Amino acid sequence: MLQIKNLHATVDGNEILRGIDLEVGAGEVHAIMGPNGSGKSTLARVLAGHPDYEVTAGSVTYRGLDLLEMEPEVRACEGIFLAFQYPVEIPGVNNAYFLKAAVNSIRKYRGLPEYDAMEFLAIVKDKIKLLGMDQTLMQRPVNDGFSGGEKKRNEIFQMSVLEPTLAVLDETDSGLDIDALRVVAEGVNSLRSPERSTIVITHYQRLLNYIEPDFVHVLSEGRIVRSGGRELALELEAKGYTWIESDRSAAELAVV
Amino acid sequence: MSTAVTSIEELATQDYKYGFVTDIEQETIPKGLSEDVIRVISAKKNEPEWMLEWRLKAYRKWLTMEEPNWHNVHYPPIDYQEIIFYAAPKPQKKLNSLDEVDPEVLATFNKLGISLDEQMRLSGVAVDAVFDSVSVATTFKDKLAEMGIIFCSFSEAVQNHPDLVREYLGSVVPYSDNYFATLNCAVFTDGSFCFVPKGVRCPMELSTYFRINAANSGQFERTLLIADEGATVSYLEGCTAPMRDENQLHAAVVELVAMKGATIKYSTVQNWYPGDKNGKGGIYNFVTKRGKCAGDNSKITWTQVETGSAITWKYPSCILQGDNSVGEFYSVAVTNNMQQADTGTKMIHLGKNTRSTIVSKGISAGKGQNTYRGLVKINRGATGARNYSQCDSLLIGDRCGAHTFPYIEVRNKTATVEHEASTSKIGEDQIFYCKQRGLSGEDAVNLIVNGFCKEVFRELPMEFAVEAQKLLGVSLEGSVG
Repeated sequence: MLQIKNLHATVDGNEILRGIDLEVGAGEVHAIMGPNGSGKSTLARVLAGHPDYEVTAGSVTYRGLDLLEMEPEVRACEGIFLAFQYPVEIPGVNNAYFLKAAVNSIRKYRGLPEYDAMEFLAIVKDKIKLLGMDQTLMQRPVNDGFSGGEKKRNEIFQMSVLEPTLAVLDETDSGLDIDALRVVAEGVNSLRSPERSTIVITHYQRLLNYIEPDFVHVLSEGRIVRSGGRELALELEAKGYTWIESDRSAAELAVV
Repeated sequence: MSTAVTSIEELATQDYKYGFVTDIEQETIPKGLSEDVIRVISAKKNEPEWMLEWRLKAYRKWLTMEEPNWHNVHYPPIDYQEIIFYAAPKPQKKLNSLDEVDPEVLATFNKLGISLDEQMRLSGVAVDAVFDSVSVATTFKDKLAEMGIIFCSFSEAVQNHPDLVREYLGSVVPYSDNYFATLNCAVFTDGSFCFVPKGVRCPMELSTYFRINAANSGQFERTLLIADEGATVSYLEGCTAPMRDENQLHAAVVELVAMKGATIKYSTVQNWYPGDKNGKGGIYNFVTKRGKCAGDNSKITWTQVETGSAITWKYPSCILQGDNSVGEFYSVAVTNNMQQADTGTKMIHLGKNTRSTIVSKGISAGKGQNTYRGLVKINRGATGARNYSQCDSLLIGDRCGAHTFPYIEVRNKTATVEHEASTSKIGEDQIFYCKQRGLSGEDAVNLIVNGFCKEVFRELPMEFAVEAQKLLGVSLEGSVG
């Protein structure tokens, strides 16, 4: 599904990613954890093609395609979805209308007929019910005046309608109460299938109680310093990120 | 952020798809302006003496006036002696039906999507087509006449309905009103005339389509629209011009009169050639539009979508004279590249319980400069008057400008005046968000801009709302990467 090799990326001349290697297979859920400033969100944005980030070395292959060569909207049309950490507000643009435009743009790219309003509504209705979303959110402008929790729910709602092949969730759990957290997890879990993969970026172990990852990676200073199974997240929670940090400096000392 | 800004700059190009020139035989008079020129124009139109006198009176007044300079637009001085004041497709003979209109002219209107004979067959819209300075065809005239509605070119009205023209011409915009309007009074060549009699609800949209074709010519058309007691009419004008390197002057006057209980809805989709991206060429659109709610309970609504012209200078206004009369102004003005717009409205409250609404949406991209200028005036007798104004500006990129000059004068204690304003910018983060959901940069801008303009588009007649959305897309093409 996704192969990241020796990925380096900078923003405003500062190197944030310093050689990421990661392989995500079809149907897998990977959790990426790490302290603040370790490069988690940068990785998410680089995968989505954010213009502020420059890739200086390395490669990313997505379903056999050179991802870094693709425009952000092409990546989206090829099935990559980023649930934003801070979803932007688009005043004046109706939430349902926005999502319909997105769905149809992707369908057009794939050579599928576009949905008319009625077909779209039918699809949306099911998803709303599934996620226990507030119906009125559909008629409000995109994220405009939404609470933090509503914005995150809206991201997950969009994800469940767009049905991506690779979903990247950038700290979708931060600032959520337990109910919202459950909605997010249900959204992710309902999309789980042998053809889809998910990268869950999170600071806390908490979300992983609801979304069971196949692999856990720890990011520190722009590199993956440790990979393991579910138990790694629990260990991290118990020992804290300083454990990784001290581990790292010890390793570096040993090299010297 | 820096790379994102560069991409905006790089892609700030624009396509003007109406920029073709039609090759037809033209009849023009030598350039320049004098009493003789006015006499020639008047004679060509076979006008009665009073019409000529009115023109000359305006011309003499104009000579004493100075070009206004209070507006927030900049352009080199206009040499009025270099302008051709009359240009018309050479008439073969008197036209009796569409079949006799020069096929080249008909082809031009077809190309613009204004198929005149199509319009004849399909119901819905009656069109008066003005090519350069003269009206070439008016559709549905007979059908409208059955209901007593007069819809014809201004020249025909002068010939066939001189009493009506004489009574109302200059009754809303006097001949001495302002520099450009006074010039128009002296040299106007044609335009549309409409009279809807008492109690008649006009069954279709009336539309005038203006096309400037000839080089170096000015277009000075005049529209006069009267809705008698209890009458209702919806009117739309559209405008395009070829791409030329030099600037062309367009100074029109529109007068609306709404009698007791009458309703007039006047919508404009203005898409004159805006000039190229370096500011070369384009139309100077200096227009005076004003409506008078003369009778009680009358209503006038101006809706405008202004995407073209190098410079736009217009303030469609309402004089709310009748008690309980209503004035509305809904505007979307777009300036891209080097375009400048200074536009807004005046709401003059004279009668009791008069109400006005102003919704202005300014969009600036490229190096465009967009100014809203509005006056809300509540006179002493306007007890219980209300106004609500909303001025929103949207900026695309970081080299454009938005300016707002609201003037409020209140002379009656019972008045309620509200003003709201906002300025926002299409952010790179918004564009990226849309792209991440699969939309192209242009679709993203269109979506955001259309969302921004929604309240105004809602006021346009259905088929034109769709047109306006498309037009907006074309006008802002390439403004964001």
